[in-house]
Amino acid sequence: MALEAVIGLECHIQVATRTKMFCGCPAEFGAAPNSNVCPVCLGLPGALPVANRAAVDAALRLGLALGCEIREESVFARKNYFYPDMPKNYQITQYDRPMCEGGALPVALAAGSRGFPLIRIHVEEDTGKSFHPERHGDRRISRVDFNRAGVPLLELVTQPAFRDPAECAAFLTALRRLVRWLGISDGEMEKGHLRCDANVSLRPAGQSELGTKTEIKNLNSIRGVERGVTAEIARQNLARLSGERIEQATLLYDADHDRLAVMRSKEHAHDYRYFPEPDLPRLRVEAAWRDEARAALPELPWTRAARLEREYAVPAYDAQVLGERRELCDYFEDCARGADGKLASNWIMTEVLRMTNERGWSIDDWARRVPPDRLREFLARVSARDIPGPLAKQVFTWLADEEGGVAELLDRHRVRVQASRDDLLPLVREVLNQNPGPVAQYRGGKIATLGFLVGQVMKKSAGQAVPQVVQDLLKAELGGQRPPS
Amino acid sequence: MSARESWRYSAARLSNEVRRGAVTAMEAVESGWEGPAREWEARVHAVAHHDAAARAAGSRAAVKGPLAGVPVLVKDNLCTTDYPTTCASRILAGWRSPYDATVIERLRRAGAVVTGKGNMDEFAMGSSTEFSCYGPTRNPYDLTRVPGGSSGGPAAAVAYGLCPVALGSDTGGSVRQPAAFCGVFGLKPTYGRLSRYGLVAFGSSLDQVGIFARHAGDVALLFETLGGADPCDATTRRTAAPDVSGWDRGVAGLTFGWPANLWAEGVEREIIEGLEDAAARLERAGARRVTFDFMPGEFAVATYYLVATAEASSNLARFDGVRYGFRHDDSSDLRALYTRTRTGGFGPEVKRRILLGTYVLSAGYYDAYYLTAQRARTRIRREYDQAFEKCDFMLLPAAPTLPFRLGEKTEDPLAMYLSDIFTIGANLAGTPGLTVPVGMTPEGLPRAVQLLGREDGEPELLRAGRAIEVGGEPARLGRETEREFAWPSKR
Repeated sequence: MALEAVIGLECHIQVATRTKMFCGCPAEFGAAPNSNVCPVCLGLPGALPVANRAAVDAALRLGLALGCEIREESVFARKNYFYPDMPKNYQITQYDRPMCEGGALPVALAAGSRGFPLIRIHVEEDTGKSFHPERHGDRRISRVDFNRAGVPLLELVTQPAFRDPAECAAFLTALRRLVRWLGISDGEMEKGHLRCDANVSLRPAGQSELGTKTEIKNLNSIRGVERGVTAEIARQNLARLSGERIEQATLLYDADHDRLAVMRSKEHAHDYRYFPEPDLPRLRVEAAWRDEARAALPELPWTRAARLEREYAVPAYDAQVLGERRELCDYFEDCARGADGKLASNWIMTEVLRMTNERGWSIDDWARRVPPDRLREFLARVSARDIPGPLAKQVFTWLADEEGGVAELLDRHRVRVQASRDDLLPLVREVLNQNPGPVAQYRGGKIATLGFLVGQVMKKSAGQAVPQVVQDLLKAELGGQRPPS
Repeated sequence: MSARESWRYSAARLSNEVRRGAVTAMEAVESGWEGPAREWEARVHAVAHHDAAARAAGSRAAVKGPLAGVPVLVKDNLCTTDYPTTCASRILAGWRSPYDATVIERLRRAGAVVTGKGNMDEFAMGSSTEFSCYGPTRNPYDLTRVPGGSSGGPAAAVAYGLCPVALGSDTGGSVRQPAAFCGVFGLKPTYGRLSRYGLVAFGSSLDQVGIFARHAGDVALLFETLGGADPCDATTRRTAAPDVSGWDRGVAGLTFGWPANLWAEGVEREIIEGLEDAAARLERAGARRVTFDFMPGEFAVATYYLVATAEASSNLARFDGVRYGFRHDDSSDLRALYTRTRTGGFGPEVKRRILLGTYVLSAGYYDAYYLTAQRARTRIRREYDQAFEKCDFMLLPAAPTLPFRLGEKTEDPLAMYLSDIFTIGANLAGTPGLTVPVGMTPEGLPRAVQLLGREDGEPELLRAGRAIEVGGEPARLGRETEREFAWPSKR
C-alpha cells in the first residue's frame, strides 16, 4: 500500500515595524538585552495594550496580496499558558475571528506554477527569548531577554496542501520573496524573521481523510524545513512498517544533528483557554482602509515575472531570477526600457549580481553608483558592437567604481577601441600574410580556422579590436568580397 | 476655620483656599493626618501605605490647578511611583511601579497630592476589605462592622476625614457598596470614561476607576479632572466625557425609575426606608417617580462571576515570581517556582476565583459557561437600555443590607457574592452608578441609595445625588466626630 505524505505549514513572519505590536518600544533587532522594554511589553501590573496600526496594515497588505478575505471586524484573543519569556503568561493573538482567511500563494515549481491554498493569516505578538541553562558558579540559571517580547508577528497557516518537502521549501522561498517584496519583513529565517512549524501525516495514496499528524517546531531555515519534514516522513513510514501507531505529538527538529526529539505528547497538550482579549476593542479594517491598501499594492512578483517575459522577451528563467527582488526588477526595467531586454538581463543577472554579492552592496547601492541611464548607455555601446566583449567586462567594473560615461572611462584608461575598417584592415592583412597555412586550410573548407585568425588579430590589437568587426573583415579578405563598412 | 481644620472642607473649597494662599498645600494634606487620622486610623486601618516624605514632595508641586493641595487616598491597585502598589497581596509585596496610572497622572497634573494607598480586598476580590494581606479595615461608624469592599480603605478614609476625596475601583460594586457602608458618595463611571491604564486588572471588561467624596460637587470635580480618552487605554471612549458642570442644576423635569419589585424581599427595612426617604427628597425637588418592574436578568450574579473570574484567571497569570514581586525562595525548577510562588503569594479568595475562572475557560466548558455568560450579558445590557427608555435614572439599593459584622461572611463566599446583587448589573451593562448617602439609622449606621443611569448618564446622576444631598439631614462625618456643617457652594 503506497503512502503519501500530507504536510501543512504554520509560518510566523516578524513584521519590520518601527515599534512593537502593542506599545511604543522600538522593534529593532540587536539592542542590548532588556533595553527595548516598557511596562506594556514587560507585562507590568496595570499596563494595557494598544494595537499598532502599521502592523495591522502589514497584515492587510499580505492578505490582499494573497487574495484572502479580509474580515472587517476581527477579534484579538488571549492564548493562556505559562512560560518565563512570555511576560503576561498569555499571548495576544487572534483565534476564531482572524483578520484574513482563505487565499493562496502562487509558487513556481519545476512542473509549472501552482497556488498553495491558505487557511488564515492573523496578527499577534512575539515572546521574549530564553537563554538556558547557563552555569553561574555552582548554579544553573536561565536568562530572559524581553526585547523581542511584543514584536508584531503575522501567523500564516496553509491548508495541508503539500505532498513533499521540496514543495514546502519552494513555498517558503516564495513567501520570503513576497514579504520582502511588500516591505513587510526582512524575511531572514536565520534571524528568526520568518519561522516555520510543519504538520506532517501519512495516509494511503488516494484516501481523502487525513492520518494522525505530528507537529515539528524549530525549523529555522528553508533547508531545515526540507530536512526536518523529510526526516519525519521517514520516521512515520518506518513506524508504520513496524506496525506502530502514530501518536499525536510535538517534535523538535535539531538541525545540527538532523534529529527529531519529542517535545510533548498528546496527553501533555496545552489547553490554551482562548477567550476574546477584553483590553482591546474589535480590530476594525474599514472598507476605505482596505481599498486604499489594495490600490497601493505593488505589482506582485508572479504577475510581474510574467510581464517581464512578455514585455522584454526574456526567458522564464531570467524573469524568475530578476523577479526575486522588487528593486532588482525595478532596476532591470529602468535599464531595459527601449533597449535589448535579453542583453540587459544578461548583464544584470550575471555581472550586477556577482559584483553586488562580492562587494556586499544592495541593489539600491548599485543603482546609486550605476543609475539606469549609465547602464543604458553601456548596453547601447555593447549592442552597437562599439566595445569588444573582453573589454566590456572591464568597462563594466569601471562603471561601478568610477564616474562618467563609457567614452570618458575609455579615455581615462587610455583605451582606444579599434572598431573601424581603417583601424583594423592593416592588422588583418598582416595576420593573413604571416599565416599562409591556416589561410589555406580555411580556403580548403576548414571554417574553424577563422577563430584562430581572429585570435591573432585580437592579440595584435592588444584586445582593443572588436572581434565581430575583425571576423567580418577577415571573411571579406579571405573570400575576396568587400566587407560591410 | 484654621488651616489645621481644613480637613473638614470639600475638595472644591480646599483647593480654592490653597490657590488663594489661605492654606498651604502641605497644611491641606497634613490636616487630615494630624486631626482625624490621629484619632481614627489606628482603629479603622484605612491606609495600606503612607509616607510623610512622599506627601511632602507631592505637596511642594501642588499649588496650582483645580485640585491644588487636595489630598487623595488611592486604592492600592492604582499604580503610583511614590508608594508601593501591592493590591493588598503578598504576591506584590514591596513592588513599586515605575509609572503612574493615567488617573494618578491626571490627579497630580490638577494639583492633587496622593496622600497614601488605601487598603482593599486582595486584588479587589471581596466585599468587606477583610481579604487584605495587611489585615481588615473597619467601618468608622461601628468598628465591629466592615466598611464594605473591595475599596473599603478609601471609603473609610473619606468617611472619617483623612481626605475629602479618594479613588477606588469598581468591578462589581467595589466603590458603590463601601460608599454605602461608610456613608459617602461613590461613583462608578460609564465603562471607558476613566482610563484603566495603571489600574491593576481584575475583570478588564468590568473594571472602572471610581470616585469617593463627601459631596456631589466633589464627585463632579474629580470626574471632570480624570475623565476622557487615554491613548494608553484602547477601551476608553474617543468622544468627550459628558459635561457634569450642571451638577447643582436640580432635578426638575427628570423622571426616576422606582423598581420596587427588587426589594420585595431580602432587603433590610432600613435600606427600604432610605430609598423612600431619597425618593421623597427627589419628588420634593421636582423629579417624577415612575414605578415599574425591573428584571435585570435573573442570572446577573452568575453571569458576573463567570465573566469576572474568567478574566481574572488570565489577568493574574502574570504574577509568577519571574519578573517582579514575591518569589518563593525554594524554587528548584520552573514548575516549583510557579506553584510555590502562587500558592504562597495569593490569599484564599483570589485562589478560589482563579480556579473558578480557569475552569470557566477550559476546553469543553467554555461554551457552556463563558459563551453563555456573554449571551446573558448582552441580554442584561438590553434590559438596562429598555429601563432607561422609561426614566432618566433608577433608584435602587446599593446593597441589600446595612454594614455587616467582621467575620460574618468570610466563611460563606456565596453570601458574600450576593451582597453585590444590586451593583454588578451596571458593570455588566457598562453603565454608571452613584451611591448617595441618605442620613443615618437610629443605631447610627449610614444609610444610602444607589442611582443607576444610562451610558454617559453621569450628569443626571450627579444632579439627583445633589438633590438628595441637600434635601435632608446629611450624614455625620465619622461616628463620633462632629463636622462643622455647611453645604459646599457651587464652585
